[in-house]
Amino acid sequence: MDKEIVIKVCTGTGGVASGGEKVLSAFQDAIAATGIEATFYEKCTTKKVGCRGFCSKDVLVDILINGEKTTYKHVKVDMVPRIFDEHIVKGNPVAEWTVEDDYYTFHEKQQKVVLSHCGEIDPEDIDAYIAVGGYEAARKAILSMSPEEIVDAVKKSNLRGRGGAGFPTGLKWELGLRIRSDIKFVICNGDEGDPGAFMDRSVMEGDPHSVIEGMIICAKATGSRRGYIYVRAEYPLAVKRLQLAIDMCHKQKFLGKKIFGSDFDFDLSIFQGAGAFVCGEATALMRSIEGKRGMPSPKMWRSAEKGLWDKPTVLNNVETFANIPRIILKGASWYRNLGTERSGGTKVFSITGKVKNTGLVEVPLGVSLRHIIYDIGGGIEGDKTFKAIQTGGPSGGCIPAEHLDIEVDYESLAQVGSIMGSGGMVVLDETSCMVNTAKFFLEFTQEESCGKCTPCRIGTKRMLEILGRITRGKGRDGDIELLEELGRYIRAASLCGLGMTAPNPVLSTLRYFRHEYEAHIKEKRCPAAVCRDLITYTIHEEICKGCGACKKVCPADAIRGTRKTPHKIDQSLCVKCGTCFDACKFKSIMKA
Amino acid sequence: MEETLQKILEEYRKNEGNIVTILQDIEKTFGYIPEEAVTWFSKKLDIPASRFFGVATFYSQFHLKPRGRNIITVCRGTACHVKGSERLINRLFIELDITDNEDTTSDQKFTVEKVNCIGACGIAPVAVVNHEVHGKMSLDKMMKEVRKLKKSE
Ligand SMILES: Cc1cc2nc3c(=O)[nH]c(=O)nc-3n(C[C@H](O)[C@H](O)[C@H](O)COP(=O)(O)O)c2cc1C
Repeated sequence: MDKEIVIKVCTGTGGVASGGEKVLSAFQDAIAATGIEATFYEKCTTKKVGCRGFCSKDVLVDILINGEKTTYKHVKVDMVPRIFDEHIVKGNPVAEWTVEDDYYTFHEKQQKVVLSHCGEIDPEDIDAYIAVGGYEAARKAILSMSPEEIVDAVKKSNLRGRGGAGFPTGLKWELGLRIRSDIKFVICNGDEGDPGAFMDRSVMEGDPHSVIEGMIICAKATGSRRGYIYVRAEYPLAVKRLQLAIDMCHKQKFLGKKIFGSDFDFDLSIFQGAGAFVCGEATALMRSIEGKRGMPSPKMWRSAEKGLWDKPTVLNNVETFANIPRIILKGASWYRNLGTERSGGTKVFSITGKVKNTGLVEVPLGVSLRHIIYDIGGGIEGDKTFKAIQTGGPSGGCIPAEHLDIEVDYESLAQVGSIMGSGGMVVLDETSCMVNTAKFFLEFTQEESCGKCTPCRIGTKRMLEILGRITRGKGRDGDIELLEELGRYIRAASLCGLGMTAPNPVLSTLRYFRHEYEAHIKEKRCPAAVCRDLITYTIHEEICKGCGACKKVCPADAIRGTRKTPHKIDQSLCVKCGTCFDACKFKSIMKA
Repeated sequence: MEETLQKILEEYRKNEGNIVTILQDIEKTFGYIPEEAVTWFSKKLDIPASRFFGVATFYSQFHLKPRGRNIITVCRGTACHVKGSERLINRLFIELDITDNEDTTSDQKFTVEKVNCIGACGIAPVAVVNHEVHGKMSLDKMMKEVRKLKKSE
């Protein structure tokens, strides 16, 4: 009996954190122990694959027997022997551990272009990428297309930059092509600094070759011979996989001299960031590669004219590059038709927060927010109600329920006071405080402001101070107006996108959730019971069983009481950490 | 130290490095940026030490003070924030008795730091304990890890 068995284990950052590497070696050990490979079955292989986007169910394992796939969720090492014995050896899947319908609806409602290889192929094996058509597009572009034809295809595809601003990629490349210079650079922006976003990480970890291939095609189109991938320091696995991919490309002569036997040379190296959000901004990123403080410069020249070391440079985002091979192979009009009239193709979003299915989601541009949150995300976690969705990270805003039916693209999100940004989406429910959320983002931008221009450096600081006092119950009349005024000035006067968009989280929450600010200021009350200085924890005497669980965990020794009698919290000692709230099995601790 | 620095210098010359890459190598080797290392490079390369410090203080991956033997990094990205990472951080500071402006315990056993986002948002809240990523972190799980580390010290 010949069977072909493939075991695919998710080893993205989420998969590894949940024990993916250990599960993988447990399967490998199991195969070795039975000696199956040599005797019983023709082939039994294990594969590490990238993130398939549904990280809350990690470790996910696919078992394919003659192409028939079964997927297991939450796999732990101690589950491996049973899966191996019952499923792989005897052919009966362990039904109680397989994924349920929600896993399939999560994936079925998506349309995967950029993510089509993630979770399917081994990112550390170039042959796996070649087997699914990899480097065909680069070959075609280099051997049989002129730079003008490539630029034309990208223009026709209606692809817009996925790094946030949505600049038409074809136009950028056309500028890069037209400018004459003996040295030109191609840079891939893998800085992905927006908190709550991990699309680029998943692509770099799960399908690194698609990014490299996109860069090769860009180099051919613009006449560049040297490229850099800028990866943030917080993504060690992405760096490792990209480096491996580059090394393999050298062996295959996809990078280096005379690529595909043509007279075209292109080489690529990785530059690791050192932890600064502002380095995601194109001009700051280039200063960082030059070894300087990563501070943005005024846009007197376009990077296409004067970029890295003052040479013409084309810089695009990871996801932008990953789209390119598909456009070259499947055609510009195919890609264009996937999206809306204004923006072609699909977009990857990372949907997190208080939603049932958290993970990566790829949909055509133009679908509604409701579709993303409810049909794919499965709705709100627990029995809570939806309050807002935050898009675009610290540069974006919060969108309330009344706008859930807008069609998602760059313009529509801007219209409701947010932005598309890089694609991070965080769902907030009734237990999220909007003032605290705005403060969270402003803390971030204030800390990350590079300090070069005054409106951003000092303006964000002042806004943060005002938000700080509001959340501490010290807000004053006029604070809201002051925030709005400051926000307008910072937006208008800052040097780079960081400052220009920093007030957005505050302004958009003021637009839709002004009453929450007012409750904090006028009534000294946090309606969502989040702001630490405005809440107290108390124990409900009638519910408390006196089990002592809260007393045991309290780090401040603030809880008094003897066993089997209701306990009490000493408010003068309570540090409001909420540990007791989590520890109480009887829900006797109240937060208000 | 001299020898190690010499090696970093050779790497720099071979790979056409720059201040950022030198500092990255120093940080990787020593766990922080010792002042002597900067002075040494400043002399060798004839670049003012202020340029090195200018770059070192700009990026959050560089540290000018030695760090703890155990490093706990709590992610405070948006998803982690929404899922309560602030409480994890507060609790760690209380538990390890670290005061507000510090990040390392006085006995240098622990450093607690925040990171903006490590991109593991699907399993928020996330903490990295000595390079190992832990997902769906609870106060309980966190404290268990801390106790384990305290014991093994
Ligand atoms: C503060 C700031 C941070 C940014 N961070 C990123 C980032 O992490 N990744 C990214 O691709 N673009 C980022 N951008 C946008 C880049 O400046 C640039 O527009 C983009 O990388 C261009 O690529 P695209 O046209 O393919 O989108 C950032 C911009 C600003 C102002």
